[in-house]
Amino acid sequence: MALAETSTSLPAGGAAATAPSPWPERLKSLGLALVVPGLLLVFWHIATTRRWTRLIPTPYETAEYMVDFVAGGIYNDAFSATAHIHLLASMSRVFGGFGLAVLAALPLGLLIGRIPLARQTLDPFFQLMRPIPVTAWLPLSMILFGLGPRSAFALVFLGAFFPILLNTIFGVKNVDPKLFEAASMLGCKGNAQFFRVVLPAALPSIFTGLRLGLGLAWFVIVVGEMTGVPQGLGAVIMDGRTLSRTELVICGMIIIGIAGFISDRIVVAIGNRLLRWSPNHHG
Amino acid sequence: MAEPTLPIIDIRNVSKSFQLQGQKIDALKDANLSIRQGEFITLIGASGCGKSTLLRIIAGFEKPTSGEALMWGKPITEPEPQRGMVFQDYALFPWLSVRDNIAFGPTSRGVPKAQAREIVERFVEMVGLQRFADAYPHQLSGGMRQRVAIARVLANEAEVVLMDEPFGALDAMTRERLQEELLEIWARTKLTVVFVTHAIEEAIFLADRVVVMTPGPGRIESDNPMLLSRPRDIASPEFNAIRREMSGKLHSHHGKKAA
Ligand SMILES: Nc1ncnc2c1ncn2[C@@H]1O[C@H](COP(=O)(O)OP(=O)(O)OP(=O)(O)O)[C@@H](O)[C@H]1O
Ligand SMILES: [Mg+2]
Repeated sequence: MALAETSTSLPAGGAAATAPSPWPERLKSLGLALVVPGLLLVFWHIATTRRWTRLIPTPYETAEYMVDFVAGGIYNDAFSATAHIHLLASMSRVFGGFGLAVLAALPLGLLIGRIPLARQTLDPFFQLMRPIPVTAWLPLSMILFGLGPRSAFALVFLGAFFPILLNTIFGVKNVDPKLFEAASMLGCKGNAQFFRVVLPAALPSIFTGLRLGLGLAWFVIVVGEMTGVPQGLGAVIMDGRTLSRTELVICGMIIIGIAGFISDRIVVAIGNRLLRWSPNHHG
Repeated sequence: MAEPTLPIIDIRNVSKSFQLQGQKIDALKDANLSIRQGEFITLIGASGCGKSTLLRIIAGFEKPTSGEALMWGKPITEPEPQRGMVFQDYALFPWLSVRDNIAFGPTSRGVPKAQAREIVERFVEMVGLQRFADAYPHQLSGGMRQRVAIARVLANEAEVVLMDEPFGALDAMTRERLQEELLEIWARTKLTVVFVTHAIEEAIFLADRVVVMTPGPGRIESDNPMLLSRPRDIASPEFNAIRREMSGKLHSHHGKKAA
């Protein structure tokens, strides 16, 4: 016997919200997203063909150079068909440093957020270190790790470390106390609450930290690769500047932009999948 | 039986004070309340008179400053599955579906998987949420969420269900329906219910005993057996008479508080 009448109406935010939006909607949002880049491209085109500036190549020249940079066959110079080498070099540092930062920051954040003694000893230290911009670490990192990829790697690690750490701490500290009470009255107590309450409750915040951290990793890699690294997108940009080859600089920037965008989308997609339950987590 | 049966919950001279900005606040003073198994008790009183505090002491979330709270004669020291709380703001686990929220207790206690699944399905059905069993809490209406919260404690074999203004945030129609459903569940089981409310009508409609509390310091003012037969008609003259009487008891102390 069912005591309650089965409700027949679907509440707001049910299936309707999760259904994929229809095609016209998608096209419209894609179109709107392209308005500003399109205008920028037109402005770039006009500014360079009308010779308002001679310092920057036209979009067409840049596109041509991009093709050569990626596939070769046009100019056939030292940079032709080398884009993948530089991209892979940068990616290995970004994801390597980011991965290491996750391995270090996540457990530390959980510890600091959860254990008062760890918080009292470690939190003040990290709060002191945090305001130091990652780029200010560059000289020290060069002294410690030498000129080269290791120093870039270290910088990426530092850049990704703090957002992940701080957001993990925040997530763990801000679990609704009612949920602990609910769990303990249901028979889940002490350490068992860590996996069944703390971790899932902190997950949205942890994901915010991961996303910020990965963004910062891409941000920092360029700075890290600007000195003494033969390969990498940051090195390409720096070489382009020293050789006065602006098109190379712009190509490097575009590739970093796209790579950063794609890796962010991947994190967001994973987040949306794991956090389907969260009403306010859809990046 | 020669011996009188042991009360399921026994509150003996319980006082609770809090330190708030250097001030001592007597949330509860010398409360005595004895509840027998299967009783439906409602606690009613002005804001700040210690209703939630008393409920939280019974749940084991708070310890009395003095006096003792007993269940089956043994001191209540910590929250336990046999005393389930239904919070006003639901306190469901937002990352778990309806089904998994209800399963939380059984799986925490190590009930075997197959058996847990059976329990969950039974209680999903009892509260009429079959169609929403896989939905997440944020996709449910307030009334549905509260049903999940009730099912969650029932699935955990709670003997005492503690409810702190569980229907306070719901519209009148949903509230009435949930009241009736709750009474049906209660009538079918041996549940003991302690139910906090602000609404006099709700208190009388549901209870075997209406416990009136007064603030400043929080005290139990009177304990009123409700002898009206069930199901109760809130429009009947008898119901109205009791409502007037309870209203008098509640309001006679407002002057004292202001003084
Ligand atoms: N954790 C706490 N710290 C300090 N004071 C508290 C705490 N919990 C309750 N109090 C105080 O104890 C008194 C009683 O609070 P309680 O929540 O039990 O009242 P209540 O009857 O449930 O009120 P309401 O009807 O508004 O929910 C209040 O004066 C409140 O300020
Ligand atoms: Mg209260």
